[in-house]
Amino acid sequence: MKLLTHNMLTSHVKGVTKGYPLLIKATEVKLNDVEFNPQFVSRMIPKLEWSALVHAAEELGHRQDLPDDLLPDYDTNEEFLKKVHRALLEVEVMEGCLKCPESGREFPISRGIPNMLLNEDEV
Amino acid sequence: MFSGILAMTFLSTNGRTKMELESCLQQVDTFETPKILLEQYPTSPHIAACMLYTIHNTFDDIQGKLVADLGCGCGVLSIGAAVLDAGFCVGFDIDNEALEIFRKNAEEFEISNLDLVQCDLCGLEVETYSSKFDTVIMNPPFGTKHNQGIDMKFLKIALMLAKNTVYSLHKTSTREVRLILFK
Repeated sequence: MKLLTHNMLTSHVKGVTKGYPLLIKATEVKLNDVEFNPQFVSRMIPKLEWSALVHAAEELGHRQDLPDDLLPDYDTNEEFLKKVHRALLEVEVMEGCLKCPESGREFPISRGIPNMLLNEDEV
Repeated sequence: MFSGILAMTFLSTNGRTKMELESCLQQVDTFETPKILLEQYPTSPHIAACMLYTIHNTFDDIQGKLVADLGCGCGVLSIGAAVLDAGFCVGFDIDNEALEIFRKNAEEFEISNLDLVQCDLCGLEVETYSSKFDTVIMNPPFGTKHNQGIDMKFLKIALMLAKNTVYSLHKTSTREVRLILFK
């Protein structure tokens, strides 16, 4: 699971009103080489929950020096876009789990794939 | 000189013809034992290549785009999208065995700009994912195995997820059906 995907995932356990952002408990994190596409990254940035990305990157020890607040000139700042690219697409959680911030329900991540399936009594 | 120009017209962007894409997708592994109740029929490399080639060349909805593949199965559509330089692709499926084959396929193709998520799309509160993706591609269950209407559920979810366009295969005809929604 890359942090771009994490930025979208929400816990839908029955009764939970704010299942976002999911906390990451990683036991194995991998770094991949992904081709840098500045247009793609700058187009993704306004869609992101920025604070969730920064927090997730920090949890995994790959925040680099991403700021708390988004830079106003982000779309023309290539150095910045490269850091966001790295956090969004190159850092991958291979093993661990995602924890619902409200219910504490844990969703396992195995071989890079988060399992968001709920039990019958959680739907 | 003429042959040079002709050769150019047969090459798509990314230097791949539809034939090349199809033969590339023939190397994608599919289900060994498809689950009937999940309607796990694989998308043939031919249909996948035709569909993706048109989405890419005619509508420019793949290159550099954030793409979702709903009911991705073993991933032929996602892998094809990644080969055509999608910005990032996320495959969603309920079945871990299908996702495991998909994961191995992605590894063999050395594709790293994609993610897989195991979830039940029908149980998803899709509002939270509203318009997150540029493009949705899918070959959803047809709803012929005690699950009537699941194809329409998938479509509704897809239309919610996509900011631009949904491309989906359906049973009403055996040919490709293209649905376009502008928001």
